[in-house]
Amino acid sequence: MKVKVISRSADEFTKERSQDLQRVFRNFDPSIRTQEKAVEYVRAQNAAKLDKIFARPFVGAMEGHIDSISCMAKNPNHLTGIFSGSMDGEIRLWNLASRRTVCRFPGHKGAVQGLTVSTDGHVLVSCGTDSTIRLWGVPVSNLLEEDVSSDKSAEPRETYVWKNAFRSVDHQWNSDRFATGGAGVDIWNHNRSAPEQSYQWGTDTVVSVRFNPGEPDILATSASDRSIALYDLRMGKPTSKFIMRTRTNSICWNPMEPINFTAANEDSNCYSFDCRKFGEATCVHMDHVSAVMDIDYSPTGREFVTGSYDRTVMIFPYNAGHKREIYHTKRMQRVFCVKYSCDGSYVISGSDDTNLRLWKSKASEQLGVLLPREQKKHEYHEAVKNRYKHLPEVKRIVRHRHLPKPIYKAGKQIREQNESQRKKHEKRKAHSAPGSIVQEPLRKRKIIKVE
Amino acid sequence: MLSTFSVSRILFPNIQSLGILTPKLLNLGPYTLDFTSSGRHMAVGGRKGHLAIVDMKTMGLIKEFQVRETVRDVVFLHNDLFFAAAQKSMANILMTGRYPYIYNRDGTELHCLKEHGAVLRLQFLKNHFLLASINNFGQLHYQDVTMGEMVGSYRTGIGRTDAMQVNPYNGVVALGQSLGTVSMWKPTSSAPLLRLLCHKGPVSAIAFHPNGHLMATAGKERKIKLWDLRKLGDEPLQTLPGNAKTLDFSQKGLLACQLGNGSSVQILRDLDGNQTYKTYMNHGMVKGFQIEKLLFRPYEDVLGIGHSMGWSSILIPGAGEPNFDTLVANPFETSKQRRESEVHSLLDKLPAETIMLDPAKIGTLKPERKKEKPTKQEKVAGIEAAVEVVKAIKLKKKTKGRSKPSKRTIKKKELIAKAKSPFLAQEMKEEEQVARKKQKTIEYVETPTSLLRFVRKKATA
Repeated sequence: MKVKVISRSADEFTKERSQDLQRVFRNFDPSIRTQEKAVEYVRAQNAAKLDKIFARPFVGAMEGHIDSISCMAKNPNHLTGIFSGSMDGEIRLWNLASRRTVCRFPGHKGAVQGLTVSTDGHVLVSCGTDSTIRLWGVPVSNLLEEDVSSDKSAEPRETYVWKNAFRSVDHQWNSDRFATGGAGVDIWNHNRSAPEQSYQWGTDTVVSVRFNPGEPDILATSASDRSIALYDLRMGKPTSKFIMRTRTNSICWNPMEPINFTAANEDSNCYSFDCRKFGEATCVHMDHVSAVMDIDYSPTGREFVTGSYDRTVMIFPYNAGHKREIYHTKRMQRVFCVKYSCDGSYVISGSDDTNLRLWKSKASEQLGVLLPREQKKHEYHEAVKNRYKHLPEVKRIVRHRHLPKPIYKAGKQIREQNESQRKKHEKRKAHSAPGSIVQEPLRKRKIIKVE
Repeated sequence: MLSTFSVSRILFPNIQSLGILTPKLLNLGPYTLDFTSSGRHMAVGGRKGHLAIVDMKTMGLIKEFQVRETVRDVVFLHNDLFFAAAQKSMANILMTGRYPYIYNRDGTELHCLKEHGAVLRLQFLKNHFLLASINNFGQLHYQDVTMGEMVGSYRTGIGRTDAMQVNPYNGVVALGQSLGTVSMWKPTSSAPLLRLLCHKGPVSAIAFHPNGHLMATAGKERKIKLWDLRKLGDEPLQTLPGNAKTLDFSQKGLLACQLGNGSSVQILRDLDGNQTYKTYMNHGMVKGFQIEKLLFRPYEDVLGIGHSMGWSSILIPGAGEPNFDTLVANPFETSKQRRESEVHSLLDKLPAETIMLDPAKIGTLKPERKKEKPTKQEKVAGIEAAVEVVKAIKLKKKTKGRSKPSKRTIKKKELIAKAKSPFLAQEMKEEEQVARKKQKTIEYVETPTSLLRFVRKKATA
C-alpha cells in the first residue's frame, strides 16, 4: 500500500559549496506566522528609533569668506558647484564634493546683494550695493576636477555702473536677459550697458526678483511696501500686485508646478500663492519664530527649505502647515540664504558667521552606493513607519526634534499669544449677535489689498 | 488495517527513521516531549528525571542526562539551545526544591527559577519570549526570558490543574479547571479574559487549531468538545466520545487524541472543511503503554507519542505543512542562520501588553469613550444653573430694621458662594491630584544614576 508522506531531500535545502548562496523558501500562509500586526507595529517603532539614531544631517562647513554671506547661486548644469557672495564684496565658487573654493571673483566694492548664473552656466551675473553689475566668466573645466583648490581669481568680463544700488538679480531661462531689483525692476541684456526695459510700480525698493521657470516671460517681485507684484515682459507692463501686512524677503517658484510660488515673509511665516488668484494664499507655513530670510524649492517640487533670522534652517513639505525637519547648530548664526542642491539630496545654508554649511536633506539617509538588500531594507522601514506613523508611540518618536532653548521658548510664547487672541475672538463672537462677527481665514487675513 | 510501521520500512527506505521508534527506556517514567518550532529538535523528559535532546533529522542524541528529580514538563525556549524543565525534588523532605530549571543544550543548568514554585506545566510564548507556568497552588507566572523580568504572577483561584495550553494565534494562555471551566489569561491583568464552562467534570486537556478559530477540550467525563472561538456559545460545535489526557492539533488541522484506554491513538480530520471532525486513523500500541503526551512534529507528517515506556513516532499522512518559510522556521538551519534569526526575533519581540483576544485590534482606532467626566462647558453650565436657582430664591423681608439693603445683598452673595463651593472644591481636588501625580514623577526622576542601585524597589504584585 502506497502512502504519500512529506519527504524532503537535504540536497534541495542545503547548499553544496561554501561559496553558494543559501536558498530562501517562502510561504505566505498567515496561519504559520501569528500576530503579524503586532510584529509590524514593533518594527515600526524600531524603524522610527533607528531613524533617529542614524540622523546625522550635518555634512560639512565651507570656510573662507571673511564677512557674512548675503547671497548664493546655483546652476542646474553643474551639480557640484555653488556660488556665494558676501557682504564685503567677495564672490567664491565652491566645489561641494571637496568643500573647497575653486575660484574667486573679487571686484565688488560693497556688499554683493544678488548672484545668478546664466542658463548655460558660462556667465555669472552679480550685483551689489555699489550700484554695479558685473558679468564674470565661469571656469567650467575646473568644476570637473575635484581636487583642484586654487586661489585662482577671475577678472570681470563686463562691469555696468548704474544710478542706484541693487538688491537682487535673476536670470531669464533660455535667454540672454536678466532682471535686477533696486529702485524699480530693470531688464538687462548681457551685451548692453543700460537696461532694455524699466518698470516702476510705486516708489519703494524692490527687494527680490524671480523669473518663472515654466513661463520665461513672467517675473515675480517683492518690494519694501509689503507688496508682491507680477510682471509680464511680453506685455511690457506690470500685471498684478497685492499688498500684505508685512514685507516679503524672498520668493521662490515651485519648479514642478510653475503656477505656484512661495514667499518668505518678515512675520516668520511662509505663504504659498497661486499666481492666478491673488486674493488668498493657498497655504500658510508656520514654524519659524523670527523673520524668514530666504527660501528655495527642491527640484522635485515637493518640499522647500527656508533659512531664518532665528538661526535655524527648516524644511517644509510644499502643502503642509508645519515643518518636516529643523537644522540648527550653536555655531550657525543668522541664516541669510539657503539653496537646495540640484539633485535634491543636500541643502546649503549661508549665514552670518561667514560659513556655508552643507546638510543632508533627509537626515538619516545613507550616502553612497547601496546594495540592493540595503535598499530594500530602507524601503521596508520607510513603508512600515508610514503605516503606523499616526499611532501615538510611533508619532512621538518620529515627530521629536531637539530645539534650542530660545527657539523653544519663543515658539511657546507665539503659540500662547495666538491662543489668547483666539480665545478673545471666541468670547467676542459668543457675546454678540450670531453672524455679526466674521473672521476670515488666516490665508486671507494677511493680504490687505489686491490691485 | 496495515499498521504504519510496516509501510514505512517497505516503501520509504531513505526516510531513515520516520517509522515507529520505540527505544526501550525502562522504568524511567512516562515521557513528555516538546519540539522546536522548526521540528528539527525534540526535548524529552521522563518522570523519573531523564532529560534528553534528540536531533530528529539524523535521529542522533545530542545530550542526555539524569537530574534525579521528578520532571513534570519540558519545553523548549526560542531555539534548540535552551529548554526548561519543571522539576520537583524527591530525595530529601528537607530539601524541597520544586522549581523549573533552564538548561543549556550541553546539559548545563543555567537558571533556577525560584519564583515560580512547584510547577506542573510550562508553556513558552514564542513571539513575546515569555515563559508561562502554572504551579500546584494555581498561581500563574509569566517570566520574560530575555532579561529575566517577572512580567506577571497571579493567583488564578483555579486550584491544581494539569491542563494548560497557549493559543498560538493570539498568545493567551488557557487553563482548564477541575470544575469544568476553561479560563483564558494574559500577563497584564489579574482577572481572566474569558471564562468558558466546557465540561461537567474536570478539564483534562486543551488544544488550539493554528488558525485560532477552533479549540478542542477534553473532560474527565469522557467527552471531547470542539468550540468555535469566534462565536462562543453554550453549545460546542461538536462533541465526540473519548477519554483524552492529551490533545493536539497539527499544522493542517488534524486532531490527535487518545482512544479508549491509554494505549491507542485516534486521529480525527475534517475532510470537507466545515469543522466537523471524523475519524481518520487509529493506532494501537502495545497494551501496557500509557500515553502521556501527543505532539505533532511541525513541518513533517509525524506524530510524536510520549508514553510510559519511552517515546514513539508514527506517520500520519497529511499532518504537516509541506512548505516551510525560511524566515519563520527552517528545519535545515545552519548555525549562522540560527544566530541571525535569533537576533531578528529579539528585535521583533512583542511587549507583553500586545496579548489580546483579537490580535488584529492593534493599529485600529479606539472607540470613543463615553464621557464620564463632565466637560468644561458642562461644568460651567452646571455652576450657572446652580447660581440661577439661588438667585431666584426670594429672601424673607425682616422687620424691626433687620432688613437693610446692604445686609440683604451680603446674604445673597453668601448664598451664591455656597452654591458654587461644591463645584470649586471638586475642581481643586482634581488639580491637587494632577499636581501630586506630577510631583511623584518628578521625585522619581530626581535620584542620580549612580545612586539608583540603593533605591529601594517596591515589591511587584
